[in-house]
Amino acid sequence: MTSVIFKREFSSFFATPVAYVFILIFLILSGVFTFYIGNFYERGQADLMPFFNFLPWLYLFLVPAIAMRTWSEERKTGTIELLMTLPITTTQALLGKFFAAWAVVGLSLLLTFPLWLTVNYLGEPDNGVIVAAYLASWLMAGAFLAIGICMSAFTKNQVVAFILSVVVCFLFVLSGSEILLSALTEILPVLLIDTIASFSFLNHFEAMAKGVLSAKDIGYFIILMLVWLSASFVVIEHKKAV
Amino acid sequence: MIRIKNLTKKFDQFVAVDNLDLEIHSGDIVGFLGPNGAGKSTTMKMLTGFLQPTSGSIEICEMDVTKQALKVKQKIGYLPEGTPAYADMTVAQFLHFIAQVRGLKGELKKQRLQTVVTQVQLADVLDKQIENLSKGFKRRVGLAQAILHDPEVLILDEPTDGLDPNQKHQVRQLIQNLSKDKIVIISTHILEEVSAVCNRAVIIAKGKKLFDDTPQALKQKSPLNNAISIEFEGKKPDTSQLRLAPGVIDIIESGPDKVSIVGHQSYDNLFPQIFDIVHLQGWHVKAIYSETGQLDDVFRSMTEEVA
Repeated sequence: MTSVIFKREFSSFFATPVAYVFILIFLILSGVFTFYIGNFYERGQADLMPFFNFLPWLYLFLVPAIAMRTWSEERKTGTIELLMTLPITTTQALLGKFFAAWAVVGLSLLLTFPLWLTVNYLGEPDNGVIVAAYLASWLMAGAFLAIGICMSAFTKNQVVAFILSVVVCFLFVLSGSEILLSALTEILPVLLIDTIASFSFLNHFEAMAKGVLSAKDIGYFIILMLVWLSASFVVIEHKKAV
Repeated sequence: MIRIKNLTKKFDQFVAVDNLDLEIHSGDIVGFLGPNGAGKSTTMKMLTGFLQPTSGSIEICEMDVTKQALKVKQKIGYLPEGTPAYADMTVAQFLHFIAQVRGLKGELKKQRLQTVVTQVQLADVLDKQIENLSKGFKRRVGLAQAILHDPEVLILDEPTDGLDPNQKHQVRQLIQNLSKDKIVIISTHILEEVSAVCNRAVIIAKGKKLFDDTPQALKQKSPLNNAISIEFEGKKPDTSQLRLAPGVIDIIESGPDKVSIVGHQSYDNLFPQIFDIVHLQGWHVKAIYSETGQLDDVFRSMTEEVA
């Protein structure tokens, strides 16, 4: 049944302009970040680090945008009543929706292949590292998405859902940034700062983007997805009829 | 067979459904009546498993709605209030999606889709997006998805609300043409609908059951049931003479040129005496006819007592 929901959700992204706009903006912005801001050529190195370094910041705004309608729209239009009275479980509906959005994000990642072609044309990059970094990007997108879906279950208003998920995602990204951590060293004990830093998307993502696929980093993103999807389940059950 | 026992639903302090007991058998077409906010929709949402009861139990086809939710949902077709549907899909895509979720496959799926499309006359709009459909067509799409898997229990929340008279008629005919061994529950506040399609009327107000019998029995509760009305040509004359006729228990001035004569139950035909009086008095009469109870009045007097 999850696959039936997946198919409906996936094609619904393409029945509306949502998927096209998402993919187009994603490709344009990732190009701008890589070539203009990331100095792809000037660096003179055959890798995609300029692309992957900016990805968390790009996802910070784009993934909440694709997640915001997931449940808000169902609740606003009342289709949630139709969906939840069909012979499917909430988990099946939730997973179908999650995987559909994750597939759209994955598709947009795949469509950045010209970058990969370019770097291979210009030099001899370590393609293993690039594959690992792509995988890491997709995993991180899944974590962003799980947060976005949970926020979308909270409210009938898509704009509110978007803002909430940007804020929550921002906290997860920011918790690893130098600015925050150095500011906190003054007031908090080291243990707490390490804990905060260990929640950061950046730390886990950067390790993987360099080609090191450790169980710790993969597990981090998977656990994060599971936690936020479980939270979504609770919120949907609680809010579906309100 | 549906068995509702001590069903209660509270939203914080507000009691939406209050200790409701109801048994519905195969072949029953139940008209679920009540003023807005009476608890009709809440009850239906609990029947379909969308809401969990605060207390009490619902059994459908011998299965508990909360404990065997998925199995029960397979037996039910449901049209939620306002006919929600995925607006960005075409009618064909939407019905295919529902068929898939309902587990219909291959030849059976094709055949059911075909039957339903003819039954609710959707052939012309199959490739249109649902958001571009008129209200009437949207409702038909909602009905189509509800009956697609030929359910044993059909629950329709205000199926004719907001439709024009022709569309209302079509929906009613569709309900009547469903096979006779099903359970159909229709919520409505249109009273004529109940006498038109239902063989059982259940009135609730403030979450409590006030009445549960046939629509005919509901009509008989009206003081005007079987009364004889006389409409006069021009000004109404002095009608006190009518009171003297045997069997007459009351005269109701039901309009500026109209009186209604209520007879005692033991007199099943007052017409001859009334005719005699009209003739003797030389009244100019426009019409004389027998009233069948005014459902509106019964409904109002019943539900207002509670409010």
